[in-house]
Amino acid sequence: MKQKKTLLTLIAILILFVFVFIADQTLDSYKMRILNLCAIYVILGLSMNLINGFTGLFSLGHAGFMAVGAYTTAILTMPDIVKTQNFFMTPMMKPLDTLHVPFFLALLAGGILAGVVGYLIGAPALRLRGDYLAIATLGFAEIIRVVFTNTQSITNGALGLKGIPVSTNIWWTFGLALVTVLIIGSLINSSYGRAFKAIREDEIAAESMGINLFKHKVIAFTIGAFFAGIGGGLLGSLLGTIDPLMFRFFLTFNVLLIIILGGMGSITGTIISAIIITIGGEALRFLDESMTIGSLVIPGISGMRMVVFSALLMIVVIFFNHGIMGTKEFTWDGLFAKFAKKPLAKGGNKQ
Amino acid sequence: MMNFNAVFMYLTGMDLGTFLQHLTNGISLGSLYALVAIGYTMVYGTLRLINFAHGDVFMMTTYFAFYGVSTFMMPWYVSFILAIILTGALGMLLEKWAYRPLRDAPKISIMISAIGASFLLENLAVVLFGGRPKAFPSVKILTDSIQLGSVSIQKLTFVIPIVTVIFLVGLLYLINHTKTGMAMRAVAKDYETAGIMGVNVNLTISQTFAIGSMLAAVGAIMWGLKFPQIAPLMGVMPGLKAFIAAVIGGIGNIKGAVIGGFILGIGEIMIVGFLPSLSGYRDAFAFIFLIVILLFKPTGITGEKIAEKV
Repeated sequence: MKQKKTLLTLIAILILFVFVFIADQTLDSYKMRILNLCAIYVILGLSMNLINGFTGLFSLGHAGFMAVGAYTTAILTMPDIVKTQNFFMTPMMKPLDTLHVPFFLALLAGGILAGVVGYLIGAPALRLRGDYLAIATLGFAEIIRVVFTNTQSITNGALGLKGIPVSTNIWWTFGLALVTVLIIGSLINSSYGRAFKAIREDEIAAESMGINLFKHKVIAFTIGAFFAGIGGGLLGSLLGTIDPLMFRFFLTFNVLLIIILGGMGSITGTIISAIIITIGGEALRFLDESMTIGSLVIPGISGMRMVVFSALLMIVVIFFNHGIMGTKEFTWDGLFAKFAKKPLAKGGNKQ
Repeated sequence: MMNFNAVFMYLTGMDLGTFLQHLTNGISLGSLYALVAIGYTMVYGTLRLINFAHGDVFMMTTYFAFYGVSTFMMPWYVSFILAIILTGALGMLLEKWAYRPLRDAPKISIMISAIGASFLLENLAVVLFGGRPKAFPSVKILTDSIQLGSVSIQKLTFVIPIVTVIFLVGLLYLINHTKTGMAMRAVAKDYETAGIMGVNVNLTISQTFAIGSMLAAVGAIMWGLKFPQIAPLMGVMPGLKAFIAAVIGGIGNIKGAVIGGFILGIGEIMIVGFLPSLSGYRDAFAFIFLIVILLFKPTGITGEKIAEKV
């Protein structure tokens, strides 16, 4: 049975890669961009879900970690000449202006630096709980943004970085999204994952069962920050330009919307809703543009799309607060049980 | 006096006149933070909820006042009073639609709903009023400058703290000496028990939101007069800073919110005044201050330690 499931997983991964290959060959650049964004939002959603959904730490600092990852990756991959063009106000700091490394290493460096920042923020902030933690992490993210706006010789300040080499392609994004799913999936099913969930359900009970609260919270927070950094790096290198305004609270809100819609504490839900939200966001673009129905022209209202999105978040929270999947996951067992009428292996029948 | 000024300048690197100017500026900014912070603290006191949309309610007031004066040609005082009333109604609607359905839901859900409400208001403002900043109507009698010795100071700098004190005294009277205030205090202590004792909980929470929003509206109008440029996202920063002020003072405590507002307003102006090279980091100060307070005295200056109930 176990072998069969592994085989099925491998086949599913193979199908995914065939899909990626076909998409890479046939789709135009606009559609490719949407697919890339889907995969990046899967990574970002999973990293936030690890912190907020699985460990129950309500953190709103995601945009800050993404900024660290995006800036690190961009600075380490930009060629010298582009750097000189960008930094016309103040020259770039000495070792950075000629430093570059291959894309993957830059991405990894971005992730690690974001993880380090996550650790440094988490170590003091995780002593706080609930809404105090939320506001403190929001504050830290805002501080990171203000610092990036002011460190002219490293980040080019408010002008941002332009002409970042577009090294991201669909293989990178889908590959890394898959790696993220596998790593976070196995983390959740390990003893650490069970400790995370215990902390989410009841901190005091978890502590009295011998779980080191602080250690596990910091681990979840740091790993979440690491993947947020990777996601940020991919996003920067997909868009080709970043500036501090991009990393406002709004970006955190987007990722939050994904994990709320998908279900706090479900990997499957996060993947589904990352795809729905990204494609839906593009599909709803018609709301911002003018429409012609017969002879009637309805002028577009820019910003309407965001009204729909915010209303959607509130409707989901008020009426379906478990999201698409709640804390349930897709498993092969679950799939078999749906089709087989016989009792489950561990006893009982479905429902 | 001359001598004192010289000593002062030697000690601080700033002459007394400039210092006093910074101080009055700090006090008027602090009053605005205090007015907005009261709304946060009252809502937190009753619902244990950070009302993320409070800053956006603040923003809506400035637009109400703007359209009252520009489109409906009302005199400024009529428009301002109407804007304050409308904002109170908006606060009540917000509570009814976004928070009441979730009153018994997990805390995280109600907070996400608050974030959603905040974004909804911001985006609605973009759609309805346009993203481009507008000029807030200026009121000559209030925004004129007066000459004090060598410096000229806007009248508004004095009007703001006076108005704040008037509203604060009114609020404290309402909370401590009226039946409504008693109901509010009861609901803040424990809304279930208050309900059993015959307090109309829904009505009282609505009133709390209305009063908090109206005080924010008073702050917003004076903010608009002081910084006469209004935009859909203008409420975010004052909102966050007022919230920080509420935390500094000990959230849930009205006097604490006022003290926190003054500390934050004066501190912000003074740091930028004394260390102009750090002015780019101005918005970060409040957050750094918040984090330091949260780490060392999470219940704020006036707050008391609360034991965790199992």
